[in-house]
Formats: sequence, structure tokens, C-alpha cells
Amino acid sequence: MLAVLTVIALVAGAVLAYVNSVTAPQIEKIKAENLAAGIKAVMGADDIQVAEKQEINGFEYYAISDASSSPLGSAIVTEENGFGGPLKVLVGFDREGTILGYTLLEHAETPGLGAKADVWFQDKIIGKNPGQCNFTVSKDGGDIDAITASTITSRAFLLAVKKAYDELVAPKDGQTGATTQEAASAKND
Amino acid sequence: MNYMKVLLNGIIKENPTFVLLLGMCPTLGTTSSALNGMSMGLATMAVLIVSNLIISLIKNLVPDMVRIPSYIVVIASLVTVLQMLIKAYAPDIDKSLGLFIPLIVVNCIILGRAESFAAKNNPVASVFDGIGIGMGFTIALTCLGAVRELLGTGAIFGQTLWNESYGMLMFVLAPGAFLVLGYLIVVFNKIFKNA
Repeated sequence: MLAVLTVIALVAGAVLAYVNSVTAPQIEKIKAENLAAGIKAVMGADDIQVAEKQEINGFEYYAISDASSSPLGSAIVTEENGFGGPLKVLVGFDREGTILGYTLLEHAETPGLGAKADVWFQDKIIGKNPGQCNFTVSKDGGDIDAITASTITSRAFLLAVKKAYDELVAPKDGQTGATTQEAASAKND
Repeated sequence: MNYMKVLLNGIIKENPTFVLLLGMCPTLGTTSSALNGMSMGLATMAVLIVSNLIISLIKNLVPDMVRIPSYIVVIASLVTVLQMLIKAYAPDIDKSLGLFIPLIVVNCIILGRAESFAAKNNPVASVFDGIGIGMGFTIALTCLGAVRELLGTGAIFGQTLWNESYGMLMFVLAPGAFLVLGYLIVVFNKIFKNA
């Protein structure tokens, strides 16, 4: 009795290990491809160089430069709690901090309501600089129109973008994080 | 054994969704659109066919006392394999169904068929039972998804029939799932009452 169950579990384990070894590289590859395509989309440019990933204060940070290695800006993965779970946004900034584009990497927002965030904010935040406007929903006195009937998702989304800007892109005294690296790579040119 | 009868039994007489009312969690959770419902149905069918086959093959080797644990190990392994395959080769399906695939393990239809059919019948009949029940489940989920998608967003399989702003969003959300399921059960049982 015990032997039978043990044999079944062993066989199952072996099968799982085999399938995992076959699919794991493919799964990694798809993840990397998705990220690369996402970065191109949010930077609004095809011909770019993406620097090695850096983990800064819990954000994934990618310094972006164009084909001739002059810095274009940065792509940042930022996360905030949305209405239905974590809302993971990839957002692209130029060197001044103006938003070039964004895409939702992961979300569990309500279909038909909060899930509209993937298109809704395209014409509302692109071209804006979170440091130069009031980057909250209009209900809270800000400059951005929230998704109809999805204020919580909208707030979370804007907060995620603003957080990334404040932490990594905004010019600071003493130049930290992203700005330092951009300044450094600018000097090298 | 009449295989055609086994097949039809799964689709009509013992339709898992409309008659047995088994596996309600994925039924209600994944049917926000026709395509999602169909994908979930097909994924469940794939697991069901293979699990029925394997369990029917090992039924005489497994002592009665460890029957259920053995079946669960088989089913859980199959689902995990399926999940890895979908993640690797069908990333689009993974995006919309990723969350629900692991739930196939606890779908009572699969263990139910293992217990009530595969453990008592030969492998060929068990495969047919898997196909039949799987098709019944897929058809039910596709219908449910299609009705919800149409009423909620004015589209079927992503093909817009009328403008989205005429859609009743409630049907895409949870309450709509319960309502549509209830009405579909009524319709199904009215039509096949005497079948």
C-alpha cells in the first residue's frame, strides 16, 4: 500500500522534473521577450539599448540609451496595490522626467472598469511630467481624469507612476540613483 | 459498452455544469468572455482525458485505502505539467487563465469522474468519458462566456456586434455569472428534460 503510493509519487515527481527542465528556459525566454517589447513600447522607440537591470529601492530600473549610446531616459517597473491586487506598471521617462509611455505588466483589476487602465491613461499621462503637474486624479484636486467608476484603480496607477518618478527620476539635491547614472553616462559621451 | 452513449452521457445526461453542478468555481470565475470559457473548458478536458486514462490503467494496482491520495497525485501532476506547457508555449492563454489553471486540481469533476467512472471501466471507455464530460464542460463554459460577453460588452469572441457602451457591465462581473448560469440551467433542463 505504502509502496504503491511511493512509486506513484516518485513517477509523478520524475515527470514533473523532466517537464520543468524542458519548459523553464522557454518560460524565461518569453518573460525576457515580453519585457524587451514592453520597454520598446514605453520608450516609443525601436532602436534602443537597454542597460542591465538594477534594483533600486524595490524598483526595477533600466537605463535606456539610443543606438549611438546617448542616454534617452529610463524604464522603470513600479508596483502599487490596485483594486483587485497588485498593479505592476512599466513606465518610460525621458531624461527630464516626461512620461513617454506605459504598459501594465500585471494586474487583477475589474474587467470593463479598472482593467481599462491599459488604454485609458495613454492620452492622459503621456507627455506629462509628474514633477510639473498635479499628478493625482481630478477628484483629489489633480490634473488627471480618473477612469469612470474606477477611482481606486486610477489612484493606485497614478501613485505607482508618481512613486517611480519621485524615487528615481526627479532631480534631487546631491543627485542620487538614476540621475547620477544618467549624469555619469552623459559625461562619457 | 456503447462509446457513443458514453460520449453523449457526458455532454447531455450528466453535463457537469448544467446537470451535476460540479466545478462551479472555474465555471463562474473564468467565463467573463467566450474565449476564456472555451480555453478553460479545453484545458480541463485535456486533464480529464489523460487522468481518466491513467487512473483506469492503474486502478487494479492501487489498493483501496490509498485510492484517493493516488488519484490526487496523478491529477495534480497532470495539471502542473499542463500549466508549465501553457506558460511556455501559449503565453496569451496564460495571461487570461494563468490564475485559474492550478484550480483544475480541485475541480470536483475530475476526481468525481476518476472515482465514479475511470476506476470501474476500461481505459478506452474512460477516455471517451473524459472526452464527453470535457466537451459538456467546454460547451457549457463557452455558452456562459458568450452570453456574458455579449450582454456585458456587445461582443462575442472579441467580434463586436454592437457598441460597448450599450453593454451591461454587470454581466461581466460576478453577479452576472450567477444570473446567466441560473438561466442557462433552466433552458438546458427544459430542452433536455426527456432526453
